[in-house]
Amino acid sequence: MDFAALNEHLGGVLKSEAFRDNNRVIVPANRLEELMSHLKHVGGFDFLSDVTCVDYLEYPGATDRFGVVYVLVNTATRERLIVKTFVNDPAPKLPSMYSLWKTADWTEREVYDLFGIHFTGHPNLQRILCPPEFESHALRKDYPLKGRGERHNFPVITRAES
Amino acid sequence: MPVVASSLNPAASRAHTGGHGSHPREPVDSEYLWTLNFGPQHPATHTTLRLVLTLDGERIVKAEPDIGYLHSGFEKLGEDLDFNQYVTIVDRMNYISPLANEIAWHHTVEKLLDIKITPRCTYLRTILAELMRLHDHLLCIGAVALDLGAFTAFLYFFQQRELIYDIVEYASGQRFHTSYTRVGGVMFDVNTAWADKVRNFSKGFPKIHSEVDRLLTRNRIFVDRVKGVGVLSREDAINMGCSGPIARASGVVRDLRKDEPYLAYADLDFKVAASKGGDCYARYLVRMQEMLESIKIIDQAIENIPDGPVNVDLEGKSVLPAKPAVYRSIEGLIHHFEMVMPNRGFKVPVEEIYASTESPNGELGFYIVADGEPRAYRARCRPPSFIHFATFQHIMPGYMLSDVPAVLGSLNIIAAELDR
Repeated sequence: MDFAALNEHLGGVLKSEAFRDNNRVIVPANRLEELMSHLKHVGGFDFLSDVTCVDYLEYPGATDRFGVVYVLVNTATRERLIVKTFVNDPAPKLPSMYSLWKTADWTEREVYDLFGIHFTGHPNLQRILCPPEFESHALRKDYPLKGRGERHNFPVITRAES
Repeated sequence: MPVVASSLNPAASRAHTGGHGSHPREPVDSEYLWTLNFGPQHPATHTTLRLVLTLDGERIVKAEPDIGYLHSGFEKLGEDLDFNQYVTIVDRMNYISPLANEIAWHHTVEKLLDIKITPRCTYLRTILAELMRLHDHLLCIGAVALDLGAFTAFLYFFQQRELIYDIVEYASGQRFHTSYTRVGGVMFDVNTAWADKVRNFSKGFPKIHSEVDRLLTRNRIFVDRVKGVGVLSREDAINMGCSGPIARASGVVRDLRKDEPYLAYADLDFKVAASKGGDCYARYLVRMQEMLESIKIIDQAIENIPDGPVNVDLEGKSVLPAKPAVYRSIEGLIHHFEMVMPNRGFKVPVEEIYASTESPNGELGFYIVADGEPRAYRARCRPPSFIHFATFQHIMPGYMLSDVPAVLGSLNIIAAELDR
């Protein structure tokens, strides 16, 4: 993907980074949908490999709280591209990519479950790994490793009651 | 409950019960549709996962997977354990082929730290990765056959898995959760006796493979249960992010061993198995063919495995020293101590990286964010099972209840990897 042409198409809002063989494009959250649609329909990135999130709360030199990462692949040219965008508290929100790639279905649900980022337009944005009554988001950096207090509060059902 | 003749098309049945017209009422469905809980404990799920199936007679109208029973916070633990310690956790993701996970994890870490492993280690890891591919496919095919009533194939294949367990145990001292790889190498080097074990295995394997091939491939009962079942089109396979044998069975010829060659795959001669069927039978055929290709790779690699050190040069102090050196020399002990103490050890950049390998199940990738500490700031795993299981709700509607074990088996869902 020619970054200069891509950046021109988006009006110069993109930033590009490279590390080892990874190429990253950083886009403001409000232009994400436009960029992704362009990448899929014009750039030929027909395969969304992964959607994940990083909580940059304690990261050295970070200015934004959450970075959401999309790993794209062009199955014809085998090219890989990582698209990254940042969202912040309160109420971090992003458009869902479900309409472009169905991979986004569960991967976005997982990001919602573990980081609490809302994906608008997702058909079924529910918790996927943690139980529905769970209130925290476990992979956030302000959630403790051992999660004290969480499990004690789970209702205990004895054999006699079940 | 009113009994309504089961129909091929749920929408047509709804018309019978008066759901359409001036007052469309959706809940009318529930009058004749029934819900079945499949799992979390069920012999055909093999592990702990639950399916909520909405059925019209025996025909599936809606299949909703409910996962998370084995969620144990592996990714959170990855932020607490260092690059070498976390390998013990990675092992437990896809426990059917543990070494494939270890290789994928350390492949990513080495890319992050810019460590180039030695040629011997490259070949050794290639052999192990291919053994793990066999390991995984043997169980996958065996379990599909078992679930569909063919017990013999399962036993034939499981006996071959025992031989692989022996090989792995000889190299690492552990049958199952080996924790064999290290940053920059492996725990122990292998010897010629190990190579002979691998040669013996690869000599005997094609015979068993052809026996199972004769048992299953043209077996009327087996073919009837898998052919035309769980069809995934090429477009859907790409759009839903399928990779590995499942994508290749749908005609997506994408293999990271060829596309983004890592380890020694660029030097070795092998073909990529693919099919256009997209059904459970095609997935079975692709896996069967891949096993023969893996044997080809193992044969080439074991004959060409270079001599020399298995771990990268210790001068840079970027890898753990060999155990005998730790136990028998003060320098080794100090070196080990420096590696495992906080604020010593690896020189880690403040960067992030995604790297993936072709695991038996598909693209197994890790996204590591590093903040300069000798442990990951974020250790995301891209688990193939998780992505593949998301297709289940799209594949299943229209098929029969008895097709569920066939599709579940051929997607090769490993719940520990699914939930992490």
